[in-house]
Amino acid sequence: MLDFHGYGPELLRGAIVTTELAFASLALALAMGLLGASAKLSGSRAARGAATFYTTVIRGIPDLVMMMLFYYGGQVLMNQLSDYLYYNHGIDFFVQFDPFMAGVLTIGLIFGAYMTETFRGAFLAVPTGQIEAGRAYGMNRFQVFFRIMFPQMLRHALPGIGNNWQVLLKTTALVSVIGLSDMVRIAEQASKAEHAPFKFFIPVAVMYLSLTAITELAIKWLNRRANAGVVGGI
Amino acid sequence: MPEFLAELLNQNEIFNATTVIHYWGGLVTTVQLVFLSLVIGLFLAVPLAILRTVRNPFVSGPVWLYTYIFRGTPLLIQLYIIYYGIGQIEGIQETFWWDIFRDPFYPALLAFTLNTAAYTTEIIRGALMATPQGEVEAAKAYGMSWALRMRRIVLPSAFRRAIQAYSNEVIFMLHASAIASVVTIVDLTGAARDIYSRFYAPFTAFVAVALVYMALTFLIVYGFRRLEQHLLKHQRPLNQ
Repeated sequence: MLDFHGYGPELLRGAIVTTELAFASLALALAMGLLGASAKLSGSRAARGAATFYTTVIRGIPDLVMMMLFYYGGQVLMNQLSDYLYYNHGIDFFVQFDPFMAGVLTIGLIFGAYMTETFRGAFLAVPTGQIEAGRAYGMNRFQVFFRIMFPQMLRHALPGIGNNWQVLLKTTALVSVIGLSDMVRIAEQASKAEHAPFKFFIPVAVMYLSLTAITELAIKWLNRRANAGVVGGI
Repeated sequence: MPEFLAELLNQNEIFNATTVIHYWGGLVTTVQLVFLSLVIGLFLAVPLAILRTVRNPFVSGPVWLYTYIFRGTPLLIQLYIIYYGIGQIEGIQETFWWDIFRDPFYPALLAFTLNTAAYTTEIIRGALMATPQGEVEAAKAYGMSWALRMRRIVLPSAFRRAIQAYSNEVIFMLHASAIASVVTIVDLTGAARDIYSRFYAPFTAFVAVALVYMALTFLIVYGFRRLEQHLLKHQRPLNQ
């Protein structure tokens, strides 16, 4: 019934690459989001300005354009840095800028901007009285952050993180354009070679649908856990 | 092109008259593609959203499946399936459809239209579901038929509620249209790729195009803000 003309294992490997890419980007996006949200909520005007600039610029540029800028431009910058280090300091340092890195960097930065807004709203949803109570117990800023702010913020942030994740997962398909052998690229090559686009692209589409469905269940479970202490209205 | 502008451009290594015209062509293609798919998508989405709210699962089910599939898979996959798939339909190469779909613009337009129609359907559906019961009851009390009620009360109030989410969808579509360059369409991104490969100047090529996209995005944001001010005038506080 299902005949992938020998491309089956490669498609599966591509699916693993897609998943790795998605999780690596998510990690960067969460880190950038926390950083951005704390900058936006900080007292420093420079930090607030930088964070606003970051989220505004990111929302104005298409993901594909940014990905190409990072991939092609990143390599040029890397070459220049490498030349500079070698000729001026005699250091032999070179990193090949591969599509995976460019992809993680782009998707992480883009969704970091969206996560910034999510986290900002979530931090604001934590009642100030709780923070004051923590300070009154003699906790320092980090203790207040990790014991009070963070666990309570997570409850408000989870639905937003879930939405962003669903979009992020679909955005990973773009990295095939700059040459990463994820499942989209494998399917494209296979369908060109075998003249059978439906045979290869439809399973990939189903794969994306099931990835979103599975992670949706996981998010629901996390949500239930995070809301365990909340007394329901009804 | 005016004389002085041509002279100015000729002094620039990358942004000379030829490349600027190339970029301009890309801008025109991008705007055409995005505008057409949004307009057709909106016209498809309104009836679909109404069907989606119908209680009978045999009516709303297929619409749900359509929006689920098109919102759950990457647009790139949808574009590939349509772009590569149309040529595989048996016998299409002998019909007039082939003359249309041989040009990559139309498969891309079809993919973008179906995608944005799915998202817009869900946006309008959400707005329809949020219609205050009192408005519907009042319309019924006036003896309005279903169609009249829909046209005069339910849809206008739903559009007002949907406009914020729809402006996000428009921006999303503008950004997603960059994918068109993958199937050899010379849109803005396609023009940037051409110029990058000709001059090997990634920053100049892509930053220039990113600025154009940014300007378009802010133009859309501004336009929708004006439209919102106009449509939601009755909700503005009096002291403003």
